[in-house]
Parts: sequence; structure tokens; C-alpha cells
Amino acid sequence: MSTSATEHHDIACPFCGLACDDLRVGVTEDGVEVKANGCVISRPAFARAGTRAPAAPRVGGTLVLLADAIAHAARILNDARLPLVAGLATDVAGARSALALADRIGAVTDHLGSAAKLRNLIVLQGSGWISTTLTEVRNRADLLVLMGTDVVSRYPRFFERVVWVAETLFELDSAAREIVYVGDVKDTSAGIAPGGRKPSVIPCENHRLGEVLGALRAIVAGRAISRDEVADVPVATLTALARRMTAAKYGVVAWVAGDLDFPHADLTVQTLTDLIRDLNRTTRFSGLPLAGTDGDFTYSQVHTWQTGFPFRTSFATGQPVYDPYHYGADRLLASGEADALLWLSSLNPTRLPPATTVPTIVLGAPSMQLTHEPDVFVPVAIPGVDHSGHFYRADKVVAVPLRKLRESSLPTAAAVLDGIRAALG
Amino acid sequence: MRLRLRGGTVIDPAHGVRGETRDVLVEDGRIVADPGNVAHIHEEIDVTGMVVMAGAIDLHTHIGGGKVNIARAMLPEDHRGDLVDRTALTRSGCGHAAPSTLTTGYRYAEMGYTACFEPAMLPINARQAHMEMGDTPIVDKGAYAMLGSDDFLLRMLAANADQQAINDYVAWTITHAQAIGLKVVNPGGISAFKFNQRMLDLDEAHAYYRLTPRRILKALAQAVHDIGMPHPLHLHGCNLGVPGNVETTLATMDAVEGLPMHLTHIQFHSYGTEGDRKFSSGAARIAEAIKARPNISADVGQILFGQTVTASGDSMAQYRNAGVGSPRKSVVMDIECDAGCGVVPFKYRDQNFVNALQWAIGLEIFLLVDDPWRIFLTTDHPNGAPFTTYPHLIRLLMDKTFRSEKLASIHPDAQKLSHLGAIDREYSLYEIAIMTRAAPARTLGLADRGHLAPGAAADITVYRRDPNPEVMFAKPAFVFKDGELVARDGAVTKVTWGNTHVVKPPYDPAIEKELEAYFERYHTLRLGNFKIGDDEMCECGHGSKLVRHGCRKA
Repeated sequence: MSTSATEHHDIACPFCGLACDDLRVGVTEDGVEVKANGCVISRPAFARAGTRAPAAPRVGGTLVLLADAIAHAARILNDARLPLVAGLATDVAGARSALALADRIGAVTDHLGSAAKLRNLIVLQGSGWISTTLTEVRNRADLLVLMGTDVVSRYPRFFERVVWVAETLFELDSAAREIVYVGDVKDTSAGIAPGGRKPSVIPCENHRLGEVLGALRAIVAGRAISRDEVADVPVATLTALARRMTAAKYGVVAWVAGDLDFPHADLTVQTLTDLIRDLNRTTRFSGLPLAGTDGDFTYSQVHTWQTGFPFRTSFATGQPVYDPYHYGADRLLASGEADALLWLSSLNPTRLPPATTVPTIVLGAPSMQLTHEPDVFVPVAIPGVDHSGHFYRADKVVAVPLRKLRESSLPTAAAVLDGIRAALG
Repeated sequence: MRLRLRGGTVIDPAHGVRGETRDVLVEDGRIVADPGNVAHIHEEIDVTGMVVMAGAIDLHTHIGGGKVNIARAMLPEDHRGDLVDRTALTRSGCGHAAPSTLTTGYRYAEMGYTACFEPAMLPINARQAHMEMGDTPIVDKGAYAMLGSDDFLLRMLAANADQQAINDYVAWTITHAQAIGLKVVNPGGISAFKFNQRMLDLDEAHAYYRLTPRRILKALAQAVHDIGMPHPLHLHGCNLGVPGNVETTLATMDAVEGLPMHLTHIQFHSYGTEGDRKFSSGAARIAEAIKARPNISADVGQILFGQTVTASGDSMAQYRNAGVGSPRKSVVMDIECDAGCGVVPFKYRDQNFVNALQWAIGLEIFLLVDDPWRIFLTTDHPNGAPFTTYPHLIRLLMDKTFRSEKLASIHPDAQKLSHLGAIDREYSLYEIAIMTRAAPARTLGLADRGHLAPGAAADITVYRRDPNPEVMFAKPAFVFKDGELVARDGAVTKVTWGNTHVVKPPYDPAIEKELEAYFERYHTLRLGNFKIGDDEMCECGHGSKLVRHGCRKA
């Protein structure tokens, strides 16, 4: 067994939405190891991806040849009246092939992250917003407000790569940036400046952020607030924040839709983006809606350019029919409308299919620990480890190239999906 | 396999062919000379009485990239009015203002177009533009990389870097973003907006860099010229949509001091301030200026009435216009110290004075510029109207009676302020063929497209004659792409993936060292991951072929 490691530089990591592309990754016969610029997410994710797990396809728990697994999957989908193509934590090529298959079989598509994403999307489709991207924040933001999120639980290197940076383009001293946390945020330590200056923290329950934001809009608009507190936050505190916001040269509010996990959170996002719009009457202020994890942007970008709609679309009538409520995967399984499930998660082996009694096909990373044996399981190659690909970053603009780090005998998700499509007859 | 199109009326302006009855022969995707021996013909299609042209080329159409996809994401209500069925051959999708990539390719091909060029590819977002174009079937693709508000260039200019260094940077960007042209949008203005400037006129200084748009424009036009790229600098000028911007546009033409320059969607930059409403047509002055300056070309960016969406790199202008959008929603983005974008849905109304006059101004420009080699047929899809309106637009240009009827139906004050009714010109088929085939191929340096001589790629469109040009141009009888029949009577018959056209101008590799350091110091992406390789292009494009065109100095 060879122990000589090959080292790869400037490797992009598809295991969180930040998609850091400066990793140094060592590859041996035995595994994959992040050697530099790793984090609490990327190190175990690359290590797990590097494990050479037993990797043969199974039908009903029995090892089979790939062609047999594909044929069986095609039969299940052929027999289904309303198949569901879901999960979809994959790269651009996987998304393309999943959509080609869904279109062909008249399936409904849904991404595992769409419930969170919908909180933003309703606002994008209803009124739009003013937003920015990571490099702009890195170089320009003199005020960064984190709304209902610590950011780092989901994006561990956010402050390292975007906030407390050594240099900026416009003589902005990054260590002098103002950081303000608003909401139910447990750990605000990442917001401590390199010199030790602490961030401002305005605690409130996340489901009451909408009230806080409404009050901020009123204050920015010069209206009087007739109460002392809003959502248990003193109005004086909000007045001071509003003053800082209007005084910022390039203010940014970051939020993570997944952290706004309460009913009608889209209304909170709406008020937030309205506030940003108001602030732009006199200064520059932008939103930074962070996502990307488990390929949610990757998938919705492809879905959008191929169909016009972001996800939760039914192809049953032969046209893409979008309904973000009706075509949720969980709802269709619970109601019994969906009668077959194809679950794809090539990026993340911990994303398991929902419990269901309908015939199930799973395309997953080989280390996936399924709780129920599906009708068909096909272990697939991991994008950015076993094969090259593309993955969208948290800010939706940059698609990073994923590199092939080693030879793998596993098929790509795209190849398996194309194979199933070809086997449909 | 040799195919003969027999007996058609050939219009091929690249070779001065104005409508000759003759056969066109195709072999292995190319047009070939007549072997004179019938035995060598394997297939023959009788196109007697039909009009044969090269496939049409759209040199400015927003078909791929971040802002187009934002437009798609924003418009579920628009898509629902035009959902597209899957067929045994084609994928489902949506059409109208912001069509899905698949539908875009099918519909362009069904309309006789065989090449489309995305005019505003942000270098940092180039990968997405190519992936979207890769999912756009049948037609050839290419893109213009956008510079002019990117901080690397602005820093160079502010530091008085010499022109050679700027040329190297431009050539490097064109090469590694896989582009065929260079675009500048509101020079410096997208960056200025990030510094809270709301307007930036040609000689106004950028708040931070103290540079003027004139300076940026000159440097980029010079770079394109020095590098020897076929297509001149593709400019979306300052003050888009602002009444009185005709003065800026005229001054801009002279700002490049005789260097070649293409002014895009010039209709949006041809507004005066006369009349009670302080909004008037500057078309006559623009047309005169174009006539007098052989270094200048333009495409119109015609507006047509109805719902559409405007998607532009010009975040400054789009922020300004957001309040008049319909439905009232907009996305404005600052992007990666590279550029920006703005998406605003618009409904142009014939009873709205401003929209009505915009419509007339576009047509005036079309009809007053007398050199169809330097004025191109565009709606700036989808900004002025969706590309599917081209047959209607062609009819407006070819049919004075039809045009007059339409003119009589628009807002009365706009009618009064427009000279359109006094213009009798009707475009000929030959002129239409110039502005939609021969001229775009020439300005883009596509030596083997846009014409029908032996050696040309067999991108061929065959139209049934019809007294109504809108009918004739909507559904050509036959469309061939690289020799394959891809559409018949307005329906796709075969799905292919087209080619991607690029130029690879040479540059001093030292520029890459500088850029590498710059990316590491200020960006959130490594330079090596910014660059798009040739293999990656093919992966993105279903194996579509990358066609590299020469630069004058390459």
C-alpha cells in the first residue's frame, strides 16, 4: 500500500455554502486529509469522503451490478404515477441530469433545503432586494449586522475570510468594522475584533425580529415610536442602531434563512429587505442572504435556468408547474400522492431520505448510513473528491470549480441518472 | 453526405449576392462548391421560390449569466403565461420575457437564428454564463467579458499604468473568462454607485478613483484595438434612460478619438429634453453622428410594447429605474469588486408617452442610419422586448403602411413629437440580411459564419416568401445548423449543441503574477479557480466545440 501523499492546492470545499477555495488537501491510498485552511466542517467532511467504503450497488439489500441497479430503478420510476426526485444535494452536473430525468418521467422535484430557501424566495419574487457578495463585504463593509444568526455555525471561516482580513481595497481598517448581532444568537465571539473590541449584541427572540425591523424602519423614516421597548429591546438601543446604519458608508445585513426557523419568516425577510431599500435613499446598504449548503443554490440555479422556477416543480403535465407549497417532498409523501422516491445526496452522506413506504431509490455517497434499506441503493462518487464539478457559493454569484482529487471506480450521480433515463425505454 | 438546396433565391450580402436563383450545396457541415455531377448528391431539397440566407446572428442578447437567472427567478407569473411542453425531442421549459435556456435555444433556432452572443458576462460570473449557454441548445454562443468598473482596472488607471499593462490585463481576462468581445457598461459608474454616487457623466470624476468615464473608455477602446480583437469595444454608455443623454452619447462617440467602438442599445441613449414633457427624440442627431463616423457602429435595442424584464450590469441605472418597474419589484446587486447588476421588470405601454416615444426613437434610428453594415437589429433581449418579437420588428422596418398604422395607435403626444411618420424608407430583404447576418459576422470576426460561400459553416435559413414579413421571418421552412436540419416550419427537428466562439489574445504572462497577488490579498476566490479551462468549457456545453478566432496581432 502506498503511503505517499499527493498534495492539491487551492482546492474548493463543497461541504458548506462558503465554498472556500484555498484548501490544501493531501490524498493517499487510504484517505483524504485537509492539510491547511480547513475548518470544523471541511476536515471531517473530506476525511469521511476519503474513506474507501464498500461500494457496490444494492437492490433490496443484495449486492448487484450497476446495470442491474439502474434497470431496477428505471422499472420503479416507469411504474410510478407521481415519482418524486428529491434530496438533490449535488453539483451542477448532478442537478442537470436529475432535471433531465424528472422532465422525462413527469416527476416532482424538491431540494432538501427548500423550506428554508423559500423564506427568501417569496421575497425575491414578491419585491426583490438590494444585495451584495462576499468580496464586496470583505473590502467595503464598515458596518456588519448579523440578523438572527452567528453565521459561523454554518460558515465557520466567514469572519476569517470576509471580516477580519489583513487588507482591504479602500483603506478600510478591517479591525475597525462595527459588528452588531441582533436576535437569538448564543455565540458572538467570532465578532470580537482582532484588537479585542467586542461586538454589539442586541438580544431578542428570532421570531420577534420582524417587530425590531419594523421599528428600525420607522426610526429611519423619522417616525416617533410611542413605546419604550419593541420585542423587549429598548427603543433607545434601536434608535442608536438606526443612527449607525444611516451613518454607515457601506452597511451590510447578513442573514441565514435556515436560522429564521419560525412560521412566516418570509415576512421578517421582507421587512429586512425593505429596511435595506430605505437606507439606500441616502447611503449604500446591502443585504447578504447566505445559503449554499448542501448545494441548495447549486440546485436552484440549474433548476431556474432550465425551467424558470427554483425548485418544487411538477413535470407531471409535461410542463414545469411550480408550486412552492403543494410540491414539497414531505407533503407529497405524507399525503400519499407521491408513489416513488428517488433521493440524491452525493455531497452529504448524512442527509438521509425521509421515512416512507413508497419504493425508494437512493443515490448517495458510499458512507451513507441508511436507517432503512431502500429498494435500490447506488453509491456514487463525491463531487470535489472523486470527480470535478461546479458548486455555487453562499452569495449565489460565484460558481467554484470542484477538482477531482483521486481516481474512483464509483460512477458520478450524473452518470447514474443518465443511465436510468436511458433505461426507461 | 452531400445535400443540395435546389432552386432557392440566395441573398448573401457578404458576397454582394442580392437574390440570385442558385443551388446551395452542403457537405460535412460546410457549404461546398457545386461538383457539377448529380451523382454526388445524396439528398436534395427543392426550395424553389424560397429565400435562402445564412443563419441569423444576434450580437446582443442576454441569454446567460447571473442577472438573467435572477430575472427568471423573479418572474414566475410571467413564465406561467408561456409554459412549454416537453416533446419526444425537446425538453419542457418556459418562454416569453426570461425564457429557460432550453426554450431559448429552440426558439432562436425555430426563428432561423444560429448564433447568439451574451453581451454582459461578468468575469467573476463567467462560469455561470457559460454553463447556462451550455444548456442552450442548437445555436452557437459567445460572450463579451465586462470590464470598466472592476477595481483591478480602476486601480491601474488611477496609478497611471501604461497602456501595455492594461492591454495585458484585458487580454488575460478575455482569455480566461473565455470571451469573444469586451464590454463596458456605464464606465466606472457601477463602481461609483458602490461609493454612493447616483450619476456619473462622461467627464464626471469617480468619487474614489477620481477617474472619468472618458478616461476608462479610452483605455479600453485602445486595448481592444491594440490587442487586435475583431469586435470593437462594446459600449453601454453613461446615463442610460436619462432625458438629455443624447448629448452624452454624441460626446462619447468622440471620446474614443477615432478608434472603433460599438454603441449598444443606442435607443436608450438617444433622448433629448425638448417639449413640454422635457423628453424628446435625439434619433436624427444620433443617426447623423453615426453616418459621419465610420469608426462607430450601433445596435438599436428597440422597445416593443408589452411585458418584459430589464436585466443589466448597470446597477446605477437600474437602481434609478426601479421605481418605474412593473410589476414593482427589483434586484440590485454589487458584485465581487468586479461589477454589479440590476433586474427590473418593465411593461412598455403604447399609451404611455415615454414608452411610446422610446418605440418611435428606436425605429427612427433604424430608418435614419443608412448603412445597414453599422446598425444591428436588436431589442437588447429582454430589455426592450423578448427576442421572439424580431419578426414583428422586421415587419415594422420593411412595411411603411404597417408602421404608420402602429404609429397612429400610440400616445398622441409621442406621435406629434416623432418624425417617424415622415420617413418613407422600407428595408429590403437584402438590408435585413446584412444587419442580421453578414454584418454581425463581420464585426465579430466570424469568418465562416453569416455567409454562404464555399467553406462557410452550413448555418442556413430558408424562408417561404410571404407578403407579410412577420409571417415570413417567424417560421422559416428549413433551418440548418452546421449542415444538419434542426428546424422545419418553425418546429425543432433535431437538437444539437452548437459551438462556442472565443478569442485568445496573447498577453505578457507577468500580468498573471500581479493578478494572483491581487486575488490573494483582496478577493475571496483564488486566481486558479477564476480561470476557466478549455476542457471545462466542453464539459459545460454538452461537448459543444470551442472555436477560437484570430486576433489581428495574434
